[in-house]
Amino acid sequence: MTTAHPIAPPNFPAPRGACPFAPPPAYEQARREQPVSRVTLWDGSQCWLVTRHADVRSVLRDQRFSADARHPGFPFVTDGRRALANESTSFIRLDDPEHARLRRMLTADFMIKKTEALRPRIQRIVDDFLDRMVAHGAPADLVSEFALPIPSLVICLLLGVDYGDHGYFQERSRVLLHNHSTADEVRQAREELTEYLGRLAEAKRREPDDGIISRLVARGELTDEEVAATCLLLLVAGHETTANMTSLSTLALLRDPAQLARLRAEPALIKPAVEEMLRFLSIVHSGLPRVATEDVQVGGETIRAGEGVLCMISVANRDEEVFEGADRLDIGRESRRHVAFGFGVHQCLGQPLARVELQIAVETLFRRLPKLRLAIPYEDIRFRTEMAIYGVHELPVTW
Amino acid sequence: MRVSVDTHRCCGSGQCVLAVPDVFDQREEDGIVRLLEQRPPAELHAEVRTAATVCPSGAIEVHEA
Ligand code: HEM
Ligand code: SF4
Repeated sequence: MTTAHPIAPPNFPAPRGACPFAPPPAYEQARREQPVSRVTLWDGSQCWLVTRHADVRSVLRDQRFSADARHPGFPFVTDGRRALANESTSFIRLDDPEHARLRRMLTADFMIKKTEALRPRIQRIVDDFLDRMVAHGAPADLVSEFALPIPSLVICLLLGVDYGDHGYFQERSRVLLHNHSTADEVRQAREELTEYLGRLAEAKRREPDDGIISRLVARGELTDEEVAATCLLLLVAGHETTANMTSLSTLALLRDPAQLARLRAEPALIKPAVEEMLRFLSIVHSGLPRVATEDVQVGGETIRAGEGVLCMISVANRDEEVFEGADRLDIGRESRRHVAFGFGVHQCLGQPLARVELQIAVETLFRRLPKLRLAIPYEDIRFRTEMAIYGVHELPVTW
Repeated sequence: MRVSVDTHRCCGSGQCVLAVPDVFDQREEDGIVRLLEQRPPAELHAEVRTAATVCPSGAIEVHEA
């Protein structure tokens, strides 16, 4: 029997529901009723939506699914994202063995021992920005005075980028990550950032320091363009994500006094608390894109070669089969199986750093400002529904 | 319990080191997994299983027995 589908699959993305921390209710329903389903993208093309924890893990670990956006059928959630992928060659959009070759030039820089050794330095940076925010006086915007500058300065130090230029690259990163940016805007922002980093690579060749850019250049295996593309990935991936996790975690804790009291009473809970907030908030909310290179069975459906897939890590992280009472924030629970950093060989390279930054920033903030609270009504907070990385645009606080 | 790791598959995520630093480490030069204990003591078994579950690249194999 052949059934024509008169109705096109629902548009992606579906709107969020009443709880701003939860993924769209339509996708929660899909996970329960039709875990591998079809959606229609902005340009009228269709792709698969994978929502269950087990299926998301199996797709992301399966070599038959490619992260290379040059494959026909690769799903782009916006026009800007397509423009970016068509020109960029950083390893987040390459498959092994090319991906592994490039990623392995950086894995030593982000290994656990290295990032743990950064704790005292990061603690000082966190304390400094908090001192400044307090000196400016309440109310303050926690996003621009605390959450964003911390990871921004840290990634600059690691790369060997002048933090004085943060306005320049933050503005352009914003364009890259805004769902409403046009293809031209994205192309221009990317070009300017690549040029900026290319010039920097050239300068480091003449006058090396102990940063990542200098070391990449010194290996002599990459062109300045490849160095620039790699550093662009680190610069963009390295600050917006951690920044939004910091401010959204703060808001989630302020909205849940019982959990906050628990964290204050038991500071050692900060590590599981950060894992739980990564799970609960899942700020990479538009799905990790892949394309099938062969026919593959996933959750009872056949995904054909050349068909696109969006792995909804935010929805997988609320899967009741893995996380009991998944819609509850519970900072003491075992949440290490979350997929907030992705899964498979592309799993976040910067996760050890992100964890250390988040643990220190959240712990320090609530310890030093015990009366921290919102300075505007909760209803007035603007959430970043239209950005690739979810969070809040600003978070006015007082203390 | 016997543990083995596949350094070709490993993507250097560090998840195993976070879970059981007494059993897993990362190589200085490239952050790829280094096995410290092929036969971890019983009290670490649960955490070693967790490490194998959270390893994103399927590089850790646990042979029970
Ligand atoms: C809370 C903060 C962060 C979150 C939630 C996050 C999330 C993610 C996710 C979901 C991916 C997988 C993308 C995919 O498979 O398509 C990823 C990849 C990546 N992230 Fe992060 N990230 C964070 C912080 C960072 C930081 C601080 C850095 C760098 C300093 C970073 C660098 C990268 C890089 C380079 C990749 C590409 C890895 C690859 O393709 O092999 N991230 N991140
Ligand atoms: S968890 Fe897996 S991928 Fe990550 S370092 Fe350990 S063995 Fe390698």
